[in-house]
Amino acid sequence: MSTLHTVNKSPFERGSLASALAHALPGDAVLLIEDAVVGVRAGETASAKALKAAMPGCTIHVLGPDLAARGIAADAVVEGVAVVDYAGFVDLAAAHDKVQSWL
Amino acid sequence: MSDTKRFLYVNRKAPHGTVYALESLEVVLIGAAFEQDVSLAFLDDGVFQLIKKQVTTGIGVKNFAPTYRALGDYDVKKVFVERESLEERGLSEDDLMAITHENDDEEDVSSVEIVDRARMAEIMAAQDVILSF
Repeated sequence: MSTLHTVNKSPFERGSLASALAHALPGDAVLLIEDAVVGVRAGETASAKALKAAMPGCTIHVLGPDLAARGIAADAVVEGVAVVDYAGFVDLAAAHDKVQSWL
Repeated sequence: MSDTKRFLYVNRKAPHGTVYALESLEVVLIGAAFEQDVSLAFLDDGVFQLIKKQVTTGIGVKNFAPTYRALGDYDVKKVFVERESLEERGLSEDDLMAITHENDDEEDVSSVEIVDRARMAEIMAAQDVILSF
């Protein structure tokens, strides 16, 4: 039984990403969408460190169109984070038993 | 007009995920018609509103970011960005779009001033009206 966790709030403003990562189990996937993508930029931020620490137990993904809308280049994200498109979002949802949204 | 007031628009939300950023910008542009002393403040996640090269075609929403560059044409010349908010998010002034206005010599000069948190507090304290987004 694996879960896709989606997070849509900025980690600088809310604790949703931290909670999702704290509850995700090995084999789960975490997908950052909407305003959550601002936390995936590589650097010395708390969110970048938390994402690195969560891998490789979990796979971390980010929605490319939301990155582009916020001016974040696909190659500027934390190493190991996979950029996916909407079809990739669907694939992730299909590949896991359920989806849990961290709103 | 002797009753000019100092207005500060405080922007603290990332763009696109919620409507705050767009609503703020629209109110600023509408308010500019009233010839008040207008300043904009960008702090916390609001600094993401000014990031360069936002491309929103993939998420199907209007990209209003280029509109910030029109602020100078509306006589909005003071855009304050909080340094600590940038640093905490791994950003620097180089990540921000250029926002300019014409000075008295008709030269384009930057409207953006990076200020520290203490200075931002002083700017807030000096206002007559604060509108928060």
